[in-house]
Amino acid sequence: MRRLINDGYDVVEEMLEGYTEAHSDYVSLANNDNRVVVSNVMSEESRVRIILGGGSGHEPLFLGYVGRDFADAAVVGNVNTSPSPEPCYNAVKAVDSGKGCLYLYGNYAGDVMNFDMGAEMAAEDGIRVETVTVKDDIYSSDNFEDRRGVAGDLFVFKAAASAAAKGLDLDEVKRIAEKTNRNTFSMGVALSSATLPVTGNPIFNMEEGEMEIGMGIHGEPGIERIPLKSADDVVDEILIHILEEANLTKGDEVQVLVNGLGGLPLMDQYICYRKVNRVLSDKGIKIYAPLVGNYATSMDMIGMSVTLVKLDQELKDLLGAPCDTPYLKIS
Amino acid sequence: MTVILKRDFFKDSIINIATLIEQQRNHLTELDSDIGDGDHGINMSIGFREVSKKIEEFDDVAEDISSLLKKIGMTLLGKVGGASGPLYGSFFMKMGESIKGKNEVTFNEFIDMIEDGVLAIENRGKAILGDKTMVDALRPGVDYLRSSNIDNNELEIFSEFVSVMKQGSDNTIPLVAKKGRALRLGERAVGYRDPGSESSWMIMNVFYEEMMNHTKINSNKVQV
Repeated sequence: MRRLINDGYDVVEEMLEGYTEAHSDYVSLANNDNRVVVSNVMSEESRVRIILGGGSGHEPLFLGYVGRDFADAAVVGNVNTSPSPEPCYNAVKAVDSGKGCLYLYGNYAGDVMNFDMGAEMAAEDGIRVETVTVKDDIYSSDNFEDRRGVAGDLFVFKAAASAAAKGLDLDEVKRIAEKTNRNTFSMGVALSSATLPVTGNPIFNMEEGEMEIGMGIHGEPGIERIPLKSADDVVDEILIHILEEANLTKGDEVQVLVNGLGGLPLMDQYICYRKVNRVLSDKGIKIYAPLVGNYATSMDMIGMSVTLVKLDQELKDLLGAPCDTPYLKIS
Repeated sequence: MTVILKRDFFKDSIINIATLIEQQRNHLTELDSDIGDGDHGINMSIGFREVSKKIEEFDDVAEDISSLLKKIGMTLLGKVGGASGPLYGSFFMKMGESIKGKNEVTFNEFIDMIEDGVLAIENRGKAILGDKTMVDALRPGVDYLRSSNIDNNELEIFSEFVSVMKQGSDNTIPLVAKKGRALRLGERAVGYRDPGSESSWMIMNVFYEEMMNHTKINSNKVQV
């Protein structure tokens, strides 16, 4: 056990208290629900509200992006677990401003069931809630509809939030989320498992000197386990898959995220980015506003993922639009 | 012999299910770590701890068995999260659909209750036999109860029901998953048991043990 917590059963509540206290200028917990993080700096004017959510254990995903001109609320589940229907519904009640809400979360069976039930509850109140589930982990399935949502969540969320900030209606905001999703491609590698706070145990065993390409953000075992390779070799392999899937050609422009899963040093992440940059450069693919860091973690998991977003002018403008949150600021 | 299941049977069963879940927490977590994300045992424990805290209060205010089970279901729905929350939540919430107003039920009515619970799970989760889920234990179990010939042999039938469910759980081991986290594992899921199928037969086994514990032969009626 190498976690610094109190009682494992209290981790989510205590994390939320600490987070909302540290970032009280941006967020607070909803009045009627301590699993809903609400923006303190929402627009005065009525807009489509953006509600993110999913399990805890991925910080700063999802609550870290609640603030100004990004997400209006985040619904927080137990570790690696979707939230239940009531907080999903309470988030809508806390932020809806008359133009409806968009639920945005990773494509997982539990999240779908619970958020859908929350949307049903909101519909009974006459509030329209649409949903886009993010599916960007290309290695999780050949079938787009079955793919997991991983770090690429960030871009789908950002594009949708920018559209909402421009005053677009719910159908438009949803269209943009879906378009961004279709153009977002991620793949990851793990060198270790995350540790579950309640048991103090890792989710799975991985020996030193091993790695797992294709692992999920919750520690779902990936499809392949092989001996550890160099950063350049791993990035090469990941990019071969992504580039094939994304159908990118010379002259295309992408946004890039090299995402740390919590336990991988920044040094290593930048070494990986160096290779991403070289590979894309060699292919004549331009990179816009690259991001490197821990944007969507799995607690203490050692690993990283690479996300590419294929840009057109519409997506580029939306992804570059200003926002201010504890974990993403664009001026 | 007519088996009558009173309200206390349900209450005591729930209390013992909560104990079971606590005892099996790490085991269920391990199963879920093999082919999932390691949260089934932990989340069920979180949910049933809340149920344990509230059970006496629920029993005080619930006007009938249906209402008691509904409160338990809603607690699980609210606290367990993930897929298990809506599924087990729906199971207990819908179990009492056909027995509203009653504070005791016959064995046949109990079968109706179990079937209503399983239908709720199938409707919510949309899994079918062979998807490598809890339905692989529950559906064969319910089908067995429906097809069984009840004739003064309720305890034997329920014992066999639990065996059928356990076998159903065993049958998930060689399957490739069509639902849930294991869906993305492809062949890697083969050789591992589905955690929900394990927890579901174990929960039914608690109902069976309670039926046995509370059996008192009283001329031609067995009150449990």
